[in-house]
Amino acid sequence: MGRIFAYITHKNGVADDSALELAMAARKIDPSASPTALITGWGSAIDAASASVASSYAEVWKISNEKLAYPNAELVRKALVQVVPAGSIVLVPHDHFGIDLGPGLSVRLNAAFVSDVLAVDATEGGFLRAVRQEFGGQVSAHVRCDLSSGAVITIRPGAFKVPAGATQNGTIVDKSAEIGALESGRRYIETIAAESGDVDITRHPILVSIGRGIQDKDNIAIAEELAVALGAAVSCSRPVVDAKWLPKSRQVGSSGQTVKPKVYLACGISGSFQHLAGIKGNPFIVAINKNPKAPIFQVADVGIVDDILEFLPEMTDKLKQVAVG
Amino acid sequence: MEILVCIKRVPDTSENELQLNTGGNDIERDDLVYSINEPDNYAVEEALQIVARTGGNVTVATVGGEDDEEVLRREMAMGAKQGVLLSDEAFNGSDGKGIATILKSYVEKNHYDLILTGVQADDGAAQVGGMLAALLDYPFASLVNSIEVVDGQKLRIGREIEGGNKEVNEIDLPCVLSIQTGINEPRYVGMKGIRQVASIEIPALSASDLGVAEATVGEAGAKVTRIDYFVPALGKGAEILQGGREENVEKVIELVKARGGVN
Ligand SMILES: Cc1cc2nc3c(=O)[nH]c(=O)nc-3n(C[C@H](O)[C@H](O)[C@H](O)COP(=O)(O)OP(=O)(O)OC[C@H]3O[C@@H](n4cnc5c(N)ncnc54)[C@H](O)[C@@H]3O)c2cc1C
Repeated sequence: MGRIFAYITHKNGVADDSALELAMAARKIDPSASPTALITGWGSAIDAASASVASSYAEVWKISNEKLAYPNAELVRKALVQVVPAGSIVLVPHDHFGIDLGPGLSVRLNAAFVSDVLAVDATEGGFLRAVRQEFGGQVSAHVRCDLSSGAVITIRPGAFKVPAGATQNGTIVDKSAEIGALESGRRYIETIAAESGDVDITRHPILVSIGRGIQDKDNIAIAEELAVALGAAVSCSRPVVDAKWLPKSRQVGSSGQTVKPKVYLACGISGSFQHLAGIKGNPFIVAINKNPKAPIFQVADVGIVDDILEFLPEMTDKLKQVAVG
Repeated sequence: MEILVCIKRVPDTSENELQLNTGGNDIERDDLVYSINEPDNYAVEEALQIVARTGGNVTVATVGGEDDEEVLRREMAMGAKQGVLLSDEAFNGSDGKGIATILKSYVEKNHYDLILTGVQADDGAAQVGGMLAALLDYPFASLVNSIEVVDGQKLRIGREIEGGNKEVNEIDLPCVLSIQTGINEPRYVGMKGIRQVASIEIPALSASDLGVAEATVGEAGAKVTRIDYFVPALGKGAEILQGGREENVEKVIELVKARGGVN
């Protein structure tokens, strides 16, 4: 089996949490491997980030180049193919950057590609056996990947738990001189920060969160009435925002807000990992869903198999009765 | 602008409770409700809006079998001029790279300024667009949530990154973009619209029509294969309330108040 690399994403000189998770994943793929960190960037930011990952990797390959100051995946790919030896395994986090980099990198390295891996079962006879999810997380699958010409594997954020301890005193190897001119047909211009909204869902102790199960714009009122009666705020999953029923500032998840309420009422939400990624602080989760197999029931504390369009209004009525009575 | 949108017919996961088949090698597909992969539908709408501004045509293509024609027709009813079915037994069992290889052969026999895919399909792999771009040596951007045509040579695009922030890029044509949901509001398609395109012929192109080497696609070319499907053993899991609705309503209110610190 080829050498295992972990691509390190970092911001303002600080390595992402995935840096350690990829090291764990590498050890699952090959317990005897000593994975190498691959890091690209420029200036003091890459120096700081390289120094910090050297405590978790025995070797850090650093590619410092002004063109890589912002991680434009097209340029990063062009840099990596110049240094990664044929037959290597390259691990990348499955996030907005990994989705951008991974598939094209695998083609350029002529390597296999497995995306969004949650667990590694075994590596045997040149094949890797891994676990992924399909159909919005409703079903899992075992996949087999031929490692003979290497592989690019994107790793589900948070799936590989990192034990404390075991620090390395890694060496930083400067590979910058091996990179030729970097040009791409795609040029980064700027980052526009998400707009803040009317309600700051990150500050509320109780969230009534609605998903596609709310079914229609007119039904949003059902959630709003319940929220008023409970003293809660209304948040939502992505499809509700895609349909323009609520503003983006109400979306919980990896491409929305990170919330830390005490209680999270997930109403008609299936429980995709991108949604769950936005729920932090271990709140008490109540899930109401008409599908008893919905993945949300695996993470909720309490579940009710019911139709939210009937259940939520009854909750509101009951709260009003109590308030009056 | 000539735009190709690569689309897929998938089981509608918000409509179906998926079950495994007895062999565990597939989901039970009888009685499933299928639809167009959601991000693909946004991609077609985006393509239609672009040609409405700049002129040109939208073509939709899918790799699959006869059953998949229905999604081509649905998107043609939205306004795509042409549908193309890339179909051959040799394509069965393709991995992502295989599908991208088939699409690449089709693209090379034609001329497109812009190629769109959805961000991901039912397998959640988010792979075909980026692979297709690399095979064609076109620039690529994923998770695109806005497109502005600058001129005939380039686009200004937004990519959705963490926290709902937007990364703005300029990208040269021809290029491949994977489209994220929410980029637009896809138009409604009624039965009437679908009937109107029912008689348009949809060409089916085989491996030899496309000049695809059979060893590079299908099972023969796949480096990644699915062994089986399974439903993981439940972890702790939620305590499912078994009462009647009224009882459950009361219980939830009690729990929310206790845990949320409301009185
Ligand atoms: C790069 C990327 C980033 C993403 N970022 C986010 C993000 O930040 N946040 C996010 O939420 N998603 C995000 N997504 C989308 C995510 O993958 C899921 O598609 C989404 O979370 C699903 O939302 P949902 O659970 O509301 O809808 P679905 O998965 O369609 O689930 C709807 C649920 O409602 C139930 N239901 C339907 N009707 C009723 C009823 N009447 N009563 C009770 N239950 C009912 C169904 O059984 C089902 O479980 C992202 C996707 C990608 C690719």
